[in-house]
Amino acid sequence: MSDGIGARVKRKEDKRFITGKGKYTDDIRVDNQAYAAFVRSPHAHAKVVSIDASGAEAMEGVLAVLNGAQLTGDGIGNIICGWAVTSKDGSPMNMGAWSALATEHVRYAGDAVAVVIAESQSLARLAAEAVEVEYEELPVLVSTLDALADGAVQIHENAPGNLIYDWEIGDAAAADAGLAAAAHVTEMEITNNRLSPNPMEPRSALAIHDEAEDHYTLYTTSQNPHVARLVLSAFYNVAPEHKLRVIAPDVGGGFGSKIYIYPEEITCLWASMKTGRSVKWTSDRSEAFLTDAHGRDHISTAKMGFDAEGRITGLKVDTIANFGAYMSLFSSAVPTYLYATLLSGQYNIANIHANVRAVYTNTVPVDAYRGAGRPEACYLVERMMETAARELGKDPAELRRINFIQEFPHETPVIMTYDAGDFDGNMDKAQAAADTAGFPARKAEAAARGKLRGIGYSAYIEACGIAPSAAVGSLGAGVGLWESAEVRVNPVGTVEILTGSHSHGQGHETTFAQIVAERFSIPIENVQVVHGDTDKVQFGMGTYGSRSGAVGMSAIVKAMDKVEAKVKKIAAHTLEASEEDIVIEGGEVKVAGTDKAMAWHEVGLAAYLAHNLPEGMEPGLKEGAFYDPVNFTFPAGVYIAEVEVDPETGVTEIVQFTAADDFGTIINPMIVEGQVHGGIAQGVGQAMLEGVHYDQDGQLLTGSYMDYTMPRADDLPSYTLEHNTTVCPNNPLGMKGCGEAGAIGTPPAIINAITDAIGTNDLAMPATPHAVWRALQAASVATAAE
Amino acid sequence: MYQTKYHKPDSLEAAIALLSSSDEAKVLAGGHTLLPTMKNHLAAPSDVVDIRGIANLHGICEDGGSIVIGATTTHAEVADSALVLSACPALACLAAGIGDPAVRHAGTIGGSLANNDPAADYPAAALGLGATIVTSQRELPAEDFFDGMFTTALEDDEIITAIRFPKAEAAGYAKFPNPASRYAMVGVFVAKTSGGVRVAVTGAGEDGVFRHDGLEAALAGEFSPEAAGSVGISPDGLLSDLHGDAEYRANLISVMAKRAVKAVA
Ligand SMILES: Cc1cc2nc3c(=O)[nH]c(=O)nc-3n(C[C@H](O)[C@H](O)[C@H](O)COP(=O)(O)OP(=O)(O)OC[C@H]3O[C@@H](n4cnc5c(N)ncnc54)[C@H](O)[C@@H]3O)c2cc1C
Repeated sequence: MSDGIGARVKRKEDKRFITGKGKYTDDIRVDNQAYAAFVRSPHAHAKVVSIDASGAEAMEGVLAVLNGAQLTGDGIGNIICGWAVTSKDGSPMNMGAWSALATEHVRYAGDAVAVVIAESQSLARLAAEAVEVEYEELPVLVSTLDALADGAVQIHENAPGNLIYDWEIGDAAAADAGLAAAAHVTEMEITNNRLSPNPMEPRSALAIHDEAEDHYTLYTTSQNPHVARLVLSAFYNVAPEHKLRVIAPDVGGGFGSKIYIYPEEITCLWASMKTGRSVKWTSDRSEAFLTDAHGRDHISTAKMGFDAEGRITGLKVDTIANFGAYMSLFSSAVPTYLYATLLSGQYNIANIHANVRAVYTNTVPVDAYRGAGRPEACYLVERMMETAARELGKDPAELRRINFIQEFPHETPVIMTYDAGDFDGNMDKAQAAADTAGFPARKAEAAARGKLRGIGYSAYIEACGIAPSAAVGSLGAGVGLWESAEVRVNPVGTVEILTGSHSHGQGHETTFAQIVAERFSIPIENVQVVHGDTDKVQFGMGTYGSRSGAVGMSAIVKAMDKVEAKVKKIAAHTLEASEEDIVIEGGEVKVAGTDKAMAWHEVGLAAYLAHNLPEGMEPGLKEGAFYDPVNFTFPAGVYIAEVEVDPETGVTEIVQFTAADDFGTIINPMIVEGQVHGGIAQGVGQAMLEGVHYDQDGQLLTGSYMDYTMPRADDLPSYTLEHNTTVCPNNPLGMKGCGEAGAIGTPPAIINAITDAIGTNDLAMPATPHAVWRALQAASVATAAE
Repeated sequence: MYQTKYHKPDSLEAAIALLSSSDEAKVLAGGHTLLPTMKNHLAAPSDVVDIRGIANLHGICEDGGSIVIGATTTHAEVADSALVLSACPALACLAAGIGDPAVRHAGTIGGSLANNDPAADYPAAALGLGATIVTSQRELPAEDFFDGMFTTALEDDEIITAIRFPKAEAAGYAKFPNPASRYAMVGVFVAKTSGGVRVAVTGAGEDGVFRHDGLEAALAGEFSPEAAGSVGISPDGLLSDLHGDAEYRANLISVMAKRAVKAVA
C-alpha cells in the first residue's frame, strides 16, 4: 500500500493550515459573545487590600467585573495538582492553595485578581486598567537557591521554608559506596535554564452557557480536552461532566503548555454563567509570556564515579526544582518520575541515588515542557560523561561505549526497565554520518581561520509512551494513562477513526490514517480522523509525552483487530469459506489463493444491511478499544554537534549537527523528520538562545521577543538525520515515539561541543555570545594563573 | 482614553499646524516604533500626524558634496539606492541590516533619528559621518541633535525634513546584533571625513550614541584594523543588561571597530 506504514505521505491537514483555513479557538465567534480581560497583579508578591471596580463598572459596554471572592463563593474549586508525590519521610507534598482569581494574596507578577467582561476586547482591556486594586507589597523571592535559605519569605502558609517536597529515589548508601570505590570522581554543578514554551498560537477560550439546558460548551486551546472536562467538572465544579462539552479545535502548538487547565478557562466558564453571555478570552503574546506555564529550572550537584577502566561505579545527584508560585497540574511529576528515573541514561550503572527538593518562588508556575524532566536528566548525565572523558583523558565516544547497556531487558536502579535498544549501533551510525574521524582536520582548518572548533556528543534516552496506568497510579498519578480509539467503518466502506489523542501540529490526521489504510487496504483519502471534541469522541487522555503513536495508535490497532475479526467472519459467511482463509489485500476481502472475493465496501454494506449475517452477529461495523501500555517506550539515540566559536565575540555557529535516532517503527518518515527538526530547534533554543529572566522584584525581564530569544531559521544549521531501528517489543506496531527526542538530546551535544571548543567545562545555558565570551575570559585568566 | 485622531496632511505647514494645535499630537512616519508603543498603552497621543503624504520629505538626492535623504525615506530605499551604494556603501549596508524586510519597508530614517533608540543603527551613521539634521525650523549638526537615550533636541512641533550626509573619503560600519531583538548591541561607524577620522558607537552607551576619542586618535594616526584593535576601551558609562555587561560591550566596541575599518578596505 503506497500510503501505508513507512510512506512519506504529505500531511492531509496541511491544505487547510497552509491556505489559512485552519479553525482555531479565537476564530470561533458565536452570537452574544462578550470578551474577558484579566486584572493582573503588577507585583510579584503582595496582599490584596481592596479592589475598587466602580470606575470600570460605570464604563459603557462593561457587563461585569468579577473577583475571587465571588468565584470561591460560587463554589469554584481551587486549582489542583494531578500527581501526589510523597516526601522521603512519608509526608505528603505541601501544596498551597491556588484560586483561579486570587482573593487575599498574589504570588507572582501576572496573578489574576479580577476579570472584566465587556462588549469588546479593547473595551474589556481598558476597563481592566480602570479597576483599582490596592496592594500591600511583600518581600519577593525569585531565586531557586534563596527559596530554602533560613528566613526566606514564606510564599504559602502550608509550605514551611517554601519546600514542597523532599523526595528521593535509589539507594543512597549504595551510591556512596560506589563513589567511595571509584578511581575517579567527576563532580559538577549543573543548572537547567528556565524556558517559555511559546507555541505559535497563544491560549484562548470561548465559554458558552446554554441557560435553558444548563449546559456549557468550552472551546479551548487544549492538548487533552477530556482531561480538561474531567478536571473542570470534578474539581472546579464548573458543571457536571455530562453538562460540559469541551472542544479543542485546531490548536497551534502546545509543547506541554496546553496540557493544563488555567485560571482563564475556569473563569470564562464561570463568567458565562454569571453574565448570561458567551465569554471569549484570547491571550496576547505579552500575556503568554506572563502566564503560560514555564519549563525546566533546576539546580543540581552531581557526582559520578569511575573505576580504572572507565566503568561507572556510582552516581549521586542532588536537585532543587523551582515550581514558581503555584503547583501546576503535572508539576510534581516532572522533576521526580519523569526526571530522576532517567538518570541511568544509556549506561549500566549499578548504584544511583537522587534527591529532589521542589520549592516555591514568586514566579510563573513551572510544569512540563517538551521533554519534561527527561531533558534535565539527559543534560546532567551527558555533561557528566563528556566532562569525565576529558578528566580521564578518554575519547568521549569510547567512554560511553564502555558503559553502554548491551542486554535487554535491562532494569536500572531508578525503577525503569529498558525493553530494547542498540546503543552501539546508534553511536556507529552517528559517528559515521558525522565523520568524527575527520574532526581533527576540520578543527585545524578552522583554527587557520581564527575559529575554535569543538565537537560534542549526547547519547540520550527517554521514557515515552506515557504510561502504564497501574504503574503511574502506584507512583501517585491521579489519572490512568491509557488511550482510546473507535474505528467506524461506514456502509460505503470509508472509515472514521475517533481518537482520544489530540493533534496540535503532530500530523495525526495523516499518520493515523496511514495505519488504517494499510490494514484495511483502502485509499488514505477514505479515512477521516476525528479528535478534540468530547461530544464526538469517547474519553481519551490526549497528547503529551510522545504518547500518540505508542499509546494512541496502539488503541487504534486494537480496535482494528476487532473490526478485522468481524470483517473476516462476514466475508467467510458470504463467500462460504473458513475465517482462517480470509485475507484483506488489494482493496478486497478474499479467500486466500482463490478468486473468491468481496470488495472492502461490500463487506461494510453487508454489515449494515444485515440481510445475511452469520447467525447471532450484531449488525454494524464499528469497534472501540482502550489500550493501556505495559511499559514505557525508550527512544534513544546519539547526537553529535560541531561548532565554531569566534573567540573575539563568543559568537558560536553550529556548523554540523547529526542525529541518529532509534524510534522503533516509523509510520511516516517525513513527519518524524519534522518532529526531529522542531525538537532540535527547541534544543538549540535552550542551549544557546532562550532563558527566562526575572529581576530581584520578580518582574519578568524577558517579556517579549525583544529580550527573549526565540530560535530563528538563521540560528539553525541543516541537520543530518539517521535512523537505527530496534522495534519496541511491547506495543503492536513496535513504536517508541519521536516528539521530544530533539529537545532532549540536543542541549548537551551543543554545550559539550562549545566547551570542547573553548577548553573549559564551566559554561551554563543559554550559551549566548556573552556567556561564551565570559567563559573564555575566565579560562584564559585561569590558564595565565597556572 | 486611548482614542486618537489620524491625520494625513499633504504639506509641511499643515502638519506643523496640526502638531501645534494639540500638545499631545505626535508625528507618525513608518509607525514601527510609535504604533507598538501605542498598542501597549505606553503612548496615548490625542492626534497622530502621518507625514508620509508630504511629497518633498521623501527621496534621495545628491547636493554638492552631500547625499540628502528625505525624512520619510524607508530603510529599504536607502539600502537599494544606487546613489547611496556608490557614494557611501557603508550607509546602504547599515540600512540593509536594520530589522527584517517588513521593518525596512516601513521604517524611516527620520523616525529612527527622532526616536534615538540607544540601540538603533542610524544614529551611528549620522554621528559618524557628521551629518546635518534638517528640520522644519533649523539645521542641527548631529553632535547637537542627539541628547541621551530616546531624547533629541527636537521641539514638540518640529519635524525632521531631511538628513544631509557629507560624502566621506571612506566609511565602514560593523554591527553586533542583540541575539533577541537584532537591534545593535554594539554598532561602530568609522569614517575618514574632511574634518578627520570620526568613530561613532551605538548600542553601547548609557547615554545613547557617542563618539570615541581614543579610537578616533588611533585611527587618525593609522587607519588600520590593528590600530583600532590596539585601543583599550573602558567599560565606564557603557550599558549592562541581560544580553551583555559593560565589559563585554567594551570588548565588542573594540572588535566592531576593527571590523568596521576592515569593511572599508
Ligand atoms: C521588529 C523590529 C526590528 C527593528 N530592528 C531595528 C534595527 O535592527 N535597527 C534599528 O535601528 N531599528 C530597528 N527597528 C526600528 C525601526 O527602524 C523603526 O522604523 C524606527 O525606529 C522608527 O522609524 P519609523 O519611521 O517607524 O517611526 P515611527 O514609529 O513612525 O515614529 C517614531 C518616533 O519618531 C517620531 N517621528 C517620526 N518621524 C519624524 C520626523 N520626520 N520628525 C520628527 N519626529 C518624527 C514619532 O513621532 C515617534 O515618536 C526595528 C523595529 C521593529 C518593529
